[in-house]
Amino acid sequence: MRSARDKAAHTRVTGVILLALAVFVAFFLVPGPGQLATFRLSRPTDTWAIGDLVVPGGPFVYAAAALLAFLGARQFLRGGARWRSLSLGIGLAVAVAAFLVWATAGKAFSLTGMLQATMVRAVPIALGGLAGVLSERVAVVNIGIEGMLLAGAFTGALVGSVLGGVPGLVAAVAVGGAFGFILAALVVTYRMDQIIAGVVINLFVLGLTSYVSSQVFQLHRDLNNAPVFRAIKVPVLGDIPVVGPMLFHQNIFVYGALIMAGVATYYLFHTRMGLRARAVGEHPRAADTLGIDVYRTRYVNVTVAGMVAGFGGAWFTLGSVGRFDEGMTGGRGFIGLAAMIFGRWHPVGALSAALVFGFADSLQQKLALLQTPIPSEFLAMAPYIATIIVVAGLVGRARAPAADGKPYVKE
Amino acid sequence: MSATTTLTDRLQGRATVEDLVIVPLFSVAAALILGALIMLATGVDPGTIGRSFLALLRGSVGSLHAVSETLTAAAPLVLAGLGLALGFRAGLFNIGAEGQVVMGGLAAVVAGFSLTGTPAIIALPASLLAGALAGALYASIAGWLRAATGAHEVISTIMLNLISYRLLDYLLRTPFIQKEGRDDPISKSVPDAAELPRLLSFIDPNLRVHAGIFVVLLMVALAYWVLFRSKIGFEFRAAGENPVAARFAGMNASLTIILAMGFAGALAGLAGANQVLGVLDRATPGFSAGIGFDAIAVALLGRSHPVGVLFAGLLFGALEAGGRQMQVDAGVSIDLIGIIQALIIVFIAAPLLVRALFPIGFERRKPGGPAP
Repeated sequence: MRSARDKAAHTRVTGVILLALAVFVAFFLVPGPGQLATFRLSRPTDTWAIGDLVVPGGPFVYAAAALLAFLGARQFLRGGARWRSLSLGIGLAVAVAAFLVWATAGKAFSLTGMLQATMVRAVPIALGGLAGVLSERVAVVNIGIEGMLLAGAFTGALVGSVLGGVPGLVAAVAVGGAFGFILAALVVTYRMDQIIAGVVINLFVLGLTSYVSSQVFQLHRDLNNAPVFRAIKVPVLGDIPVVGPMLFHQNIFVYGALIMAGVATYYLFHTRMGLRARAVGEHPRAADTLGIDVYRTRYVNVTVAGMVAGFGGAWFTLGSVGRFDEGMTGGRGFIGLAAMIFGRWHPVGALSAALVFGFADSLQQKLALLQTPIPSEFLAMAPYIATIIVVAGLVGRARAPAADGKPYVKE
Repeated sequence: MSATTTLTDRLQGRATVEDLVIVPLFSVAAALILGALIMLATGVDPGTIGRSFLALLRGSVGSLHAVSETLTAAAPLVLAGLGLALGFRAGLFNIGAEGQVVMGGLAAVVAGFSLTGTPAIIALPASLLAGALAGALYASIAGWLRAATGAHEVISTIMLNLISYRLLDYLLRTPFIQKEGRDDPISKSVPDAAELPRLLSFIDPNLRVHAGIFVVLLMVALAYWVLFRSKIGFEFRAAGENPVAARFAGMNASLTIILAMGFAGALAGLAGANQVLGVLDRATPGFSAGIGFDAIAVALLGRSHPVGVLFAGLLFGALEAGGRQMQVDAGVSIDLIGIIQALIIVFIAAPLLVRALFPIGFERRKPGGPAP
């Protein structure tokens, strides 16, 4: 339990963060006088085109700074504690908006394009996070998500090249599931340390896929040339400005991630199986006493988690470039874990957190176009720093399932 | 008994001869066999497999050059592995050696080229020290977070690893660090005075083994002394085995965690310094080459005992050096070594699995023991 003193300390920390953001925005993000930031909301080809969003740079940034200062000051007054997380959330969103206006001032920038890219880039992170939720809810820490994503990407490319996109996707899911099963076997049956097992899966998959791509793909390029799933436009809905391209004109991976987050939520919180899974994660001994097969539940959930990660891995090859490159997941699995923690072990939370990371990812890409003086490396670091802050408990309370990471020995 | 030894037991070295000798031997053998099967599966013919294993042997211990390469590859693995072993003993699972290697190596480069013009007696120790300090500070972030807020070090060190890569990319392009006249991210070179001298260059200038191996031996001795002969080492071990008891005995748990992480980081930082001052002579993106991750395997294989880590590091160094020879001689990609290393850790970390695979050679599990 957190003591009242801790809570007061966290409230003050939040206040300091918000005030610091206010100062930062007011002093460093002020555009030149009279500059306008133009956000394009639709493309000329769209069915229902709507006009650009034009924001006066200076006034917007000062208003943002004032709001941040107000939120920060409120944290030091009585009652601020109750809205701590909300204030911080709003504050960060305002700061990001101010940043965007500052970066765009005097230029034009396609907001819709960036939101669409955000969605796409969030997919592997969201699916990685979802895999994390599914396995940690049954108390299996899954550091191996990165490896499972990589295995899915590789299998998608290989099988997709030989048999076509759909079989490639099915194979990627199957291989992801196989690694989930292996993880379950190592940690449940052979009681290997969960973190070591995950690290090993990552090392093994990285080694195996790099080995095959240097040993086989270099000679047989036709084995690494898979078809790519194109975006499918949902009729009518896809024509809505801004939201349409973001949600309803995407490839099956985006739809898949959205549907899976919904299904996983329903499964975990509204079905008997889900209740059992959570019981196993919170108190395996009690679950066992009630007749729930702890080992079986862990096997099933971790295997399904692997399948989800395999699907997410296929995004890298079948969803974007159609070709496998060594280590192409680039730490997305770890960010997925971070998304899981951000999302407080809830599928929808993980999806939302993945969107935040996806936003940072696409913003980092677009910043090069906007030519701001901020090095893209720092933006790339932001999600990791944010994760550390979250894990340190400075932003709200993030509680893992009680038995997380602990092996269970049936008596 | 040994079937029920927990991970903590094994990390902390309370293990039987069976666990110390037989399991590692079986693990290496099983990993090599599986490696051969993977080669078969990817269409490598049996003759080439035989040749590649011969090349592996020849490239690791078959000549003076091979031994030199093995030692060169082993040095940073042992250093970083020692750091991780110290952490394991204190009950900390530090995945962050990679980031600490990056920061240590970078700091050593910066110190090295900043001290151009000073004699070796100052430049070299100062650069090494800078590496150790940077690694220690970087690791202490995770230690402090763990002690102050309870943030789990596994997640925070993974994040610190990812941050360190971006920081390296950025810093390598800053005017102070970037090599003059270059557009790509590459640091200035370390002057000769700050380099770890090559030991056998009088025989053949291609022999790369350098004075870093003395640093390694010194650190093995120091780590042994810290762990088993000093008060702070006792506190590390006590905190790792039973944090509650350690706290009731009056030990400062927070301080122990931060110090253990600091020590671990210093050793990983030295590993980075060892690479840039002994081998690479400059920092580039990816200069850490996964040393921090391989070191996890080294520390596990060495049972978190300094002497064990030394031998495990030598084995992994031999695999690395032999793997390069394998690639040249038999055309089998060096990435195979990564697979073999991963398999070795699986078997080491899951003795129950080794027992299941090899029923002969192990004492029988007691009836009524935990079900596999």
